Amino acid sequence: MRRALSVLGGIGTLIVLWEGYKAVGGLTGDQWPATPWGLPVPTDDLTMPHVIDIMRTLGRPVQRGRDEILAVFLFKAALSTFWKAALGFALGTVIGWSLAVLMLRSRLVERGLLPWINISQTVPLIALAPIVVTWGRTTFLSDSLSVALIATYLTFFPVAVNALRGLQSPRPADLELLRSYAATEREILMKLRLPASRPYLFPALKLAATLSVVGAIVGEISAGVRGGLGRAILEFASRYSTAPARLYAGVVGAALLGLAVFGLVSLVERSAGRGAGRSLAGEGT
Amino acid sequence: MMRNIRWLIAALAAFALVAAACGSDDAETASAGGDADCETVDEVTLQLQWVAQSQFAGYYAAVDEGFYEGFCLDVEIIEGGVDIVPQQQLGSGAVDYAIAWVPKALVSREEGIDIVNVAQVFQRSGTLQVSFADAGITGPADLAGKKVGSWGFGNEFELLAGSRTSGVEPGDDYEIVQQNFDMLALINGEIDAAQAMIYNEYAQVLETENEETGELYQPEDLNIIDWNDVGTAMLQDAIWADSPRLADDEAYQDQTTRFVAASLQGWAWCRDNAQGCVDVVLNNGTTLGSSHQAWQLNEVNGLIWPSPGGAGVMDTDLWDQTVEVATSEEVLSAAPDDGSFTTEYAEAAIELLAERDVDVNGESWERVEVELLPGGE
Repeated sequence: MRRALSVLGGIGTLIVLWEGYKAVGGLTGDQWPATPWGLPVPTDDLTMPHVIDIMRTLGRPVQRGRDEILAVFLFKAALSTFWKAALGFALGTVIGWSLAVLMLRSRLVERGLLPWINISQTVPLIALAPIVVTWGRTTFLSDSLSVALIATYLTFFPVAVNALRGLQSPRPADLELLRSYAATEREILMKLRLPASRPYLFPALKLAATLSVVGAIVGEISAGVRGGLGRAILEFASRYSTAPARLYAGVVGAALLGLAVFGLVSLVERSAGRGAGRSLAGEGT
Repeated sequence: MMRNIRWLIAALAAFALVAAACGSDDAETASAGGDADCETVDEVTLQLQWVAQSQFAGYYAAVDEGFYEGFCLDVEIIEGGVDIVPQQQLGSGAVDYAIAWVPKALVSREEGIDIVNVAQVFQRSGTLQVSFADAGITGPADLAGKKVGSWGFGNEFELLAGSRTSGVEPGDDYEIVQQNFDMLALINGEIDAAQAMIYNEYAQVLETENEETGELYQPEDLNIIDWNDVGTAMLQDAIWADSPRLADDEAYQDQTTRFVAASLQGWAWCRDNAQGCVDVVLNNGTTLGSSHQAWQLNEVNGLIWPSPGGAGVMDTDLWDQTVEVATSEEVLSAAPDDGSFTTEYAEAAIELLAERDVDVNGESWERVEVELLPGGE
């Protein structure tokens, strides 16, 4: 309850700031009050539509003569993007985690692999996206799967890096204790390293979840894939000069989707957290 | 903990499965129905330059009205995106045909992508330079001393060559300003003349409220320079095919003729059934404004019809003019070889269409009056 209130409060504050900035700009002619300096962003309705106009746009038909309103359309689009992002997130998590375990096993692998993992993230997404889509089309991948792969590319990185740190986090004394019990590396991994990695892993998963949405949307925009939020944003952007509120509505939709996936991972984290104490206390063996 | 990890993995796996199922929709819907008796139906992919809009109406109509089916084709239209270059998709073998502008495709061709123009669908250029009437820019000579917007990225050559025909040197006599793909800079008075497609950005001005009058801007408020009149127009939307495949694959040759024929039939249908055709486009692009798309179809029809030499058949004078502008502006280092276009398939397609009583000249077509609504709704 308090959480819901604080979220609402946050949104309310944002709206007040937006409209307040707009009002100030309107009064001073886009200048800081009592100074000759211009505001960084002009406050006209084209650049910053009123919040109420964005809300109204959401309630209007997506196309003249059609029953579906924009909010419903965006919800469906968000759902389409969500599945691509979710697949990308799942693949990215598995790949990232596998890489972390691989690097954990051998310092040589870690030293050889880690720089490449870092370098991989310097490849701009807009360069990568058309390559993946074109490659997908010449093989067997549908465009949706290509978009999921683009999301994977963004998500595996934080998972790999943080999982590695987490798996390496147990104190040497704890490791030695388990080894003195003749525990296998696999047992150490499952009983010690994995639980210890939780505080590192979940922040990474939350980051990865939001990144997977970004990756899916960028992939959709880049390749023009039908159905998702990226495509909606692409179309609204090309009509920005005559209908700015629609683009903002699309952006709000993307932000809400990002929040939703973040929330989903947080839920999983909390349910995992509830079980953690119990499992350390005696589950297993 | 273990149980939770297992649960997490199971949940992720479930996500993956469902997402994979969503990804691989498009079930086989090919049917040999329509008016054709097909022994086999060929699956064909067509790459567009951009997302669904009336610029591509003929292809969508050919799908939805069953013209491709009538020629034993099952066509999947693949829309463009920000980073999709149609002729490169074609060259890489990702698609069977692509729609591309002639100069851009020729540049790619010079870079080694072996493709050939099999149907010149748009017989005129849709590029304009638009200004407000009070700026008095009625011809290229009037650009002198002005701030002139252009999109760049290969969209500026008609302007550069066009102003030179009047002895006005770009850069020296007028300033070229990088313009976004919209008309804001013109409406806000940042530039004196803006680049616009007659079927898109030009209409965007006419969908914008004039703050002085409270009404939409009217065509009388604007002046246009039409590069078709100046004589520096370059050919635009054409159907391109894969040259090596066309050279030695008889099935692809036959398929190309049928593909061009059905596509032209789609365009002829859109000429004769404008409202129905707009509805087809709107059904394929559910966020598009309907008055804007009606305008776009009307103007696109004007770029295709009339086609005195037959729709899709190359107007060699305009080809030569395109090549002349491209080489003089050093877009191309040399004139392209003979393999860069062929009229063989368009001519064969026209014969097929004659059997079906399709008018491929459109001599009697006339522009209709389209009322634009605010925002193109």
